[in-house]
Amino acid sequence: MHDDHDHHEHHHDHDHGMYEVDPLHYHPPQPDLEDSKLTHHQIMQMAVAELLIEKGVITADELRAQIDFMDSITPARGATLVARAWTDPAFKERLVADSRKAGAEIDMELGPIPILVMENTPTVHNLIVCTLCSCYPKMLLGTPPDWYKSRSYRRRAISEPRKVLAEFGTTLSDDIELRVHDSTADMRYLVLPMRPEGTDGMDEAALARLVTRDCMVGVAVPQS
Amino acid sequence: MTDRRRHHDMGGVPEADPIPQEGHTSEPWEKRVDAIKALLSDNKRKLLTTDEMRRGIEDLGADAYERYSYYERWIASVTNNMLEKKVFTVDELGRKMAEIEARQDNKPL
Repeated sequence: MHDDHDHHEHHHDHDHGMYEVDPLHYHPPQPDLEDSKLTHHQIMQMAVAELLIEKGVITADELRAQIDFMDSITPARGATLVARAWTDPAFKERLVADSRKAGAEIDMELGPIPILVMENTPTVHNLIVCTLCSCYPKMLLGTPPDWYKSRSYRRRAISEPRKVLAEFGTTLSDDIELRVHDSTADMRYLVLPMRPEGTDGMDEAALARLVTRDCMVGVAVPQS
Repeated sequence: MTDRRRHHDMGGVPEADPIPQEGHTSEPWEKRVDAIKALLSDNKRKLLTTDEMRRGIEDLGADAYERYSYYERWIASVTNNMLEKKVFTVDELGRKMAEIEARQDNKPL
């Protein structure tokens, strides 16, 4: 940290103090963001980060590593499990019985919170929601999309799920039972979709590419 | 309607709005809120459980719950939980926020 930074005059050289004390701003923001005023909650976030770092509760490196780790978790992880289950019936049984153990078989860490894998069948379709907040199988799907956290989804997914599915372009015939699973802080869900027809010749990697995030939440079904 | 549920407990409440399909890409400050929460909750620190986090969000009250964005609610809950656990004081927080605001105000544009 150099005191003389405060006397720097280059406009493009960002605001010194802020980026020194909060080392998390390691990339310069976009120009139009840079010129906009921080909101109250953004200032609160920076203050909390700086206080936690100053007090040795966390380090800047840990914070950066955590962000990198969270960025690295994508729905491809969930899709890997689904494609394996499609091609290996014994694995599917183990996945449905205990997803954490099944994940460990292929060196995939599912985290401390149990994730129940709900299997779609020709007669049952599963949908997941968190009506109370936003619990989500993050270790398999990454950060939840905005709509999953929206008031409308949280309210309607349990009272009119078929209408909700229709808004995602998914129509279920009336004879298919629709089960909606409400997540909690201690229990998460992942939908195991049905393997689409016409995919007999596909290998696991190709199958995994058919499995989208929305299929594993249950608002969509895989298309071949 | 005699609905005694608290505001966050909204499953099944009548709602006419369609599901908002447009999303947004997480902003850097939102990712930092997420990461701070994860670190405080990990086994090394054990300073914040998911239930404590949620209780902090639910205690914001219906008005703030509606006005704040998702990650605004999150940072408010993280902050209140850390204050309760005396990880830092209100005074330290207030001074730090004023300092950050001043840095911003002094920023050459």
